Amino acid sequence: MSARVYGAGAEFESAGALLRAAEKARDRGFKKWDVHSPFPIHGMDAAMGLGNSRVSAISLAGGATGLLTAFLLIWWTSAVEYPLITHGKPYFAWQFSMPIFFELTVLFTAFATLFGMLAMNLLPRPHHPVFNWERFRRVTDDGFFLVVEAADPLFSTSETPRFLEEIGGRHVALIEE
Amino acid sequence: MANGSTIDISGAAARMVQRRPLVLHGRGYRWITDHISEITERSAPKWWWVATIFTGALTLLAVAMFTYLVATGVGVWGLNQPIGWAWDITNFVFWIGIGHAGTLISAILFLTRQKWRTSINRSAEAMTLFAVICAGLFPAFHVGRVWMVWFLAPVPTPLGIWQNFRSPLLWDVFAVSTYFTVSVIFWYTGLVPDLATLRDRAKTRLRKVFFGIFALGWRGSNRQWRHYEKAYLVLAGISTPLVLSVHSVVSFDFAVSILPGWHTTIFPPYFVAGAIFGGFAMVLTLLLPARALFGLHDLITAKHIDNMCKIILLTGSIVGYAYTMEFFIAWYSGNEFEKFAFINRATGPYWWAYWSMISCNVIAPQLFWFKRCRRNLWVIYAVVMCVNAGMWFERFVIIVTSLHRDFLPSSWGYFKPTWVDVCTFTGTIGLFVFLFLIFVRFLPMITMFEVKAILPEADPHHRADGAKGGHS
Repeated sequence: MSARVYGAGAEFESAGALLRAAEKARDRGFKKWDVHSPFPIHGMDAAMGLGNSRVSAISLAGGATGLLTAFLLIWWTSAVEYPLITHGKPYFAWQFSMPIFFELTVLFTAFATLFGMLAMNLLPRPHHPVFNWERFRRVTDDGFFLVVEAADPLFSTSETPRFLEEIGGRHVALIEE
Repeated sequence: MANGSTIDISGAAARMVQRRPLVLHGRGYRWITDHISEITERSAPKWWWVATIFTGALTLLAVAMFTYLVATGVGVWGLNQPIGWAWDITNFVFWIGIGHAGTLISAILFLTRQKWRTSINRSAEAMTLFAVICAGLFPAFHVGRVWMVWFLAPVPTPLGIWQNFRSPLLWDVFAVSTYFTVSVIFWYTGLVPDLATLRDRAKTRLRKVFFGIFALGWRGSNRQWRHYEKAYLVLAGISTPLVLSVHSVVSFDFAVSILPGWHTTIFPPYFVAGAIFGGFAMVLTLLLPARALFGLHDLITAKHIDNMCKIILLTGSIVGYAYTMEFFIAWYSGNEFEKFAFINRATGPYWWAYWSMISCNVIAPQLFWFKRCRRNLWVIYAVVMCVNAGMWFERFVIIVTSLHRDFLPSSWGYFKPTWVDVCTFTGTIGLFVFLFLIFVRFLPMITMFEVKAILPEADPHHRADGAKGGHS
């Protein structure tokens, strides 16, 4: 093998098999590894030892920005820059501002959520070493995969594939960088 | 899952306690991938070409009508004093309302863990986008000088003039544009894993590049799914109040005025229920033919259709209650003008529109009390077509009958649509169906990854895969 090794991958026959394999990989102490599946598997975060996603914190920050933007926009334009009496209503009041407060909060939250999710997932990234593995194409169809990266301190080109076979993996392969 | 005392159920007992499956004939992952992806991969069926060319021609009709309006003036529509809002705003509210079912299915049914949503959410969300596009055209052109429509956006100009944030019409601009943008984001987020499926199946260079770009390099890793699911939950969480707010804000356009027939506090909930009602009718209008033509009977089952019919029955009855309550309040308020506006609605020159609305929206859906009717596709199709028409009449009744009797009898009028009104509305129906046809042809119309996730074998504790008890 001339190219550098990115990691070792194995295929599993079902969502349940992948979940049990993930528990064993977690208990083995791997740090840089991941499982790949056509759909999110219930309970996989715990099986991998992952905590709660923090995307919602970015959403909250986005929502707060939206609310503040709406307030500054309405207050500054209506009460400071261009005060104009219409319908005898006050220049600024929270009551009539509510709909736009709400809308801009939602709008900014949505953008923050989308871009926050992409940033935390390091996407878009059209090229990734796992795509070099021919079998991996089935991950978006019906394939269940577990990949341990060579960057993991416990990784070894001889030991790790054997471990993957022991925990029930099939078609074990080394993936090129 | 505690498996300490496993209760073994089999035979008739098992059939009784088990829920009806949402995917029939034990279809697996591979079948779902193939069946849905192939719709976009094989060459288009003949009916698709016929339908697309026909609706494309209608779209051109809309383009021609709007061009004619811009070249001539907004007077080519039949609206004039005292009826300054007529078909254009009726059509706007009609189309906006249709969109609501899509967001309800994708957001509210997601939060309430309704698994049956997975087969219909993608196409319903697409329908939302197309309906909002059709809706937006009407107020944009109704401003008269459409090239000035950017005045609605709060951007600094040399004129030093700013928008009137006290006006419900401006709230509406924000509500509708936010609704459209957030719906696009929500829809696209849901599409990413399925675009990756199409990318991985792509045979031609064009498809590889196109889906490669829009799938963003998705690789279905659990570290990605974790953030993805949280993001989807947040988007559903904010879309839920959003969808309730959009039609509430649309109703403020009327309710905040002081016109008898419009000045009603019941409007926001009444409009939202009506929007969901009309939207579900449109979902069925589009999905029943799509289901038959693409052979989706195993994914969009009788149970899905049954559920949608029940929602139509529920929301239709809420709408019927609102119609009654409006009348009651008109009488109970003791306000002469209010009372006149409502009696005039039912018995005045527009009585035919009012009673069309009542029969289509309140009476027709009552058929769905009967299981037999919820199982007969012809009955369902007839009812939903009634509801489509009835919801258009509802907006027409609210808008036009309230305007045509002004406070002074000297300013009374009667609205008649011009041929341009009729052709413009017909053209937007064409545009709506045209966009939907393009969508079903080029994108997966069913959310493959979500349907796979509700299959029995997707549960890690599924019996068939040899699981022995729980996991640590």
